[in-house]
Amino acid sequence: MSQPQVTPLNAFHRAHGGRMVDFAGWDMPVQYKSILEEHKAVRTRCGLFDVSHMGEADVKGPEALKFLQHLVTNDCSKLFPGRILYTVMCYPHGGVVDDLLVYMRAEGDYLLCINAGNIAKDIAWMQEQAKGFNCTVTDRSGDYGQLAIQGPAAAALVQTLTQTDLGGIKYYHFADGEVAGVKCLISRTGYTGEDGVELYCAAGDTVRLAEAVVAAGGPFGLELAGLGARDSLRLEAGFPLYGHEITDKISPITAGLGWVVKFDKGPFIGSDVLKAEKEKGAARKIVFFKTGDRRIVRAETPVLNAAGAAVGIVVSGTLSPIINEAIGSALVEAAAAREPLQVDIRGTRLNLSLVKPPFVPLKKS
Amino acid sequence: MSNIPADLRYAKSHEWLKLAADGTALVGITDYAQNSLGDITFAQLPKVGAALKAGETFGVVESVKAASDVYAPVSGTVLEVNKALDANPEKINQAPYTDAWLMKIKVANPADAAGLLSAEDYGKLTA
Repeated sequence: MSQPQVTPLNAFHRAHGGRMVDFAGWDMPVQYKSILEEHKAVRTRCGLFDVSHMGEADVKGPEALKFLQHLVTNDCSKLFPGRILYTVMCYPHGGVVDDLLVYMRAEGDYLLCINAGNIAKDIAWMQEQAKGFNCTVTDRSGDYGQLAIQGPAAAALVQTLTQTDLGGIKYYHFADGEVAGVKCLISRTGYTGEDGVELYCAAGDTVRLAEAVVAAGGPFGLELAGLGARDSLRLEAGFPLYGHEITDKISPITAGLGWVVKFDKGPFIGSDVLKAEKEKGAARKIVFFKTGDRRIVRAETPVLNAAGAAVGIVVSGTLSPIINEAIGSALVEAAAAREPLQVDIRGTRLNLSLVKPPFVPLKKS
Repeated sequence: MSNIPADLRYAKSHEWLKLAADGTALVGITDYAQNSLGDITFAQLPKVGAALKAGETFGVVESVKAASDVYAPVSGTVLEVNKALDANPEKINQAPYTDAWLMKIKVANPADAAGLLSAEDYGKLTA
């Protein structure tokens, strides 16, 4: 086993009682006090997450846009400076390499935010695909720290630390500014379904920025939140997680992410296969469910039809601390998704009620 | 540091037993166990009247992280289970030795309790 990687906030987490676990090769806090309480704090007040493990890459050059249009499924020509796009990038067979955010800084100058566990794979993939385009792909993951402040009070909290008018930055837009005297890219994005910001700063400034947010957080009910709450919040919001709802074997069409696959922009990696899948109808699909019971339906649990035959598998599962019942997602045969579905949890059959997420009303701007 | 009351007996599998003079006992999980599990979300408890052998699984305590079997520290018959945990399993995190007992049993042989760990020995086990 190689040593897990650490973010600039590793000592900060330990000093604040973070319970550290290995996540995708990173030593990260799964919780500080309680996953359920941290989750509720983000839904009702605000939480601070260290997301410095996320990867960043620069895509620069005269053909940066042309390259991105080839690389990813969404339409990057819709971007303008200060605008952010959520997308996936696929293999030629339609499976997902990763999901990512594309930030347009200026013409020929883009910043990508990619998943921590996929950094090496993504950078290698992108550099290979960029051959023949007049642009460069550079791994910047080590240069950035990243904090997510999420929840209904998050923007008001961060506003006390910056001259930048956060109300003037719309959802999925960003601006450069200073927060607590630290130069930041201020992004109105998040992975919780709540209003909030994600702050990208120089790695060496991350501790100072986190301490300033914590110091200002008291009146706003800020709690430190770990990866446990990050996962339950994203699932409650219905957001996919790489390795679960999307993988190299689960296409964006199967995953219900057809809205980020834009065929009308012209061909891109995987477009033929994805188009055929869309036209034929996906053979399998990701569904979201709740059970009305508190027993957690964990990933890898078989999904059964009324006859008891396996027709799919659970890919994510947790307890929603807001609706107080088990929620999750499963990959099931498309034909079976119209029938009543069940799981067997330690001998108890539970019915899955299919839900179009989010599972709770969200307040994102 | 985990809390280990001196007046209870302990199983290596992290359950506690509080034996009363009438030969009944309360059984729960330890502070160390609840802390290791993290946020507890569900407790599956046995049927009243069930006969349990020492070391046998009598239920499941589930947290956000994992579902964990719980084991009878001594043999006995289930007299009562803690219904309050159905709606509020998080009490196991908050009060593992008091409000959040899991079951009350009629102990088959009260002398068996002496075979369980003392608070001091359980403390060494979990140090």
